Amino acid sequence: MAAINRDDVAHLARLAHIEMSAEELDRMAGELAVIVESVKSVSEAAGEDVPATSHPIPLTNVFREDVVGHTFTAEQALSGAPDAYEGRFKVPAILDEG
Amino acid sequence: MSDATLSFEEAMEKYDPVLGFEVHVELNTKTKMFSSAPNVFGDEPNTNVNEVDLGMPGVLPVVNRTAIESSIKIGLALNCKIAETCRFARKNYFYPDTPKNFQTSQYDEPIAYDGYLDIELSDGTMFRVEIERAHMEEDAGKLTHMGGATGRIQGADYSLVDYNRSGVPLVEIVTKPIEGAGSRAPELAKAYVAAVREIVKNLGVSDAKMERGNVRCDANVSLRPHGRERFGIRSETKNVNSLRAVEHAVHYEIRRHAAVLDSGEPVIQETRHWHEDTRSTTSGRPKSDADDYRYFPEPDLVPIVASREWVEELRATLPEPPAARRKRLQAHWGYSDLEFRDVVNAGVMDEIEETIAAGATATVARKWWMGEIVGRAKIADVDPGQLGVAPATIVELNTMVEDGKINNKMATEVLDGVLAGEGTPAEIVAKRGLAVVSDDGPLLEAIDAALAAQPGVADKIRGGKLQAIGAIVGGVMKATRGQADAGRVRELILERLGVEG
Repeated sequence: MAAINRDDVAHLARLAHIEMSAEELDRMAGELAVIVESVKSVSEAAGEDVPATSHPIPLTNVFREDVVGHTFTAEQALSGAPDAYEGRFKVPAILDEG
Repeated sequence: MSDATLSFEEAMEKYDPVLGFEVHVELNTKTKMFSSAPNVFGDEPNTNVNEVDLGMPGVLPVVNRTAIESSIKIGLALNCKIAETCRFARKNYFYPDTPKNFQTSQYDEPIAYDGYLDIELSDGTMFRVEIERAHMEEDAGKLTHMGGATGRIQGADYSLVDYNRSGVPLVEIVTKPIEGAGSRAPELAKAYVAAVREIVKNLGVSDAKMERGNVRCDANVSLRPHGRERFGIRSETKNVNSLRAVEHAVHYEIRRHAAVLDSGEPVIQETRHWHEDTRSTTSGRPKSDADDYRYFPEPDLVPIVASREWVEELRATLPEPPAARRKRLQAHWGYSDLEFRDVVNAGVMDEIEETIAAGATATVARKWWMGEIVGRAKIADVDPGQLGVAPATIVELNTMVEDGKINNKMATEVLDGVLAGEGTPAEIVAKRGLAVVSDDGPLLEAIDAALAAQPGVADKIRGGKLQAIGAIVGGVMKATRGQADAGRVRELILERLGVEG
């Protein structure tokens, strides 16, 4: 598993539109590095004979019937949006002139 | 900037096309894949959403049982094996069409795999397309790019996002590389997507309306010199959303690739955007190893186990396959092989079936669709079913003709009125004052005038030359602006001249 450096964190922060100060980037890079190291140690402990686990409880087929439930109004849906226009989320343009 | 292209013929002389398709099918479940919000097209933006669709922190998705059953049915109809156990995975990417920064999809464990579909081309040739997999995922929100020149993604100032579509259940059907289609490649592309659309519509698991994005196709095209086994570098043309566009996009990409290869340049592996207006593609983002979605199993969902009993139960519910249905319909309608193939190739079989169900005979339904509507659709450059003629309209028009209220010529005029949005046939007939003149009074006046205008012809008819009557009938029809019943006019002329008909 690759290590996470400060540039990676800055890149992710930009993608996720999270503003981070230089101090925060330093601290977060350090914290994430610890997490990655911890996960790495799990990979080392689990040998080839241990199947990958995606869920801690051995359940299957947890389904919901196809019945309509609750919804938000557009106002509720947009209440946390940084910017909105005519009932829709307004986001920066993603691609520059190609 | 437009790209250089070769003629299709020259491209075919030099190169051998290899195709591949990813067809996304939106399921018509009542609710979304992982949330109980309604799966409805066309509502006010951001009203068919709840906390799961908006990716709020701490929410838990729950799988829609009906969506799983629909997916298994699609797999079975595509002759696939159904996985005994499979899982969902997170496909991680940053793009505002998903508020979660990942799409819940399936990665290395699709629910259905290793299938095939036998495709019939327009001349009856059968072509087998191998299906690699059909996997479940959720649709993304809809972005509208604002500003810039054309509303395209390039040059947009900002984008507006509606998450109503977010979380709508999708099944993505992926083919294996399709080799050996040669110059039939564009036609095969269209026929393949048509077959998939037909199957999911027939299963009742999707509304299958391409114009609404219920069925969307990404078309992969690559070329290689004849005789070479290794595939060339492919392009992927995204969201080609009509059958005609699929055919045109493959045609265009073959011609573009051929020109690139001829120039000695390598084809760039990239996403292409299809433009219906210019019938060409433009470069999207390059695809490369940088497309690392860091898939991992979705920890919020547990595996799906499809017991063999469940699969067989679902198999038992499958409707008659489309190919078998075609055979049955042809026999039922009494069309010849040629007539039926023309109907299928014109893409109006379903429309004719609906028209017959609405009360028309098979002959009448075929006459209207093949004789009137297909030609108009061609001129309008749309699929016949999308022209806007409802089966009930045809039944109404035909009833008016059979009741002698209007003649065939008027009926086509009324059809044009319907297409121009002037109202129902009855309204148009009233508005335009169209009606067969059956009152003999005005007809006799017109006949007398026509006979007086052409005394020589009148004499000929009196002398027994009945074929001359056409000139008088023509005069009467002209005088009544086509509103007379030609048969009745003929009778009256003979009566007037005292000639036995």
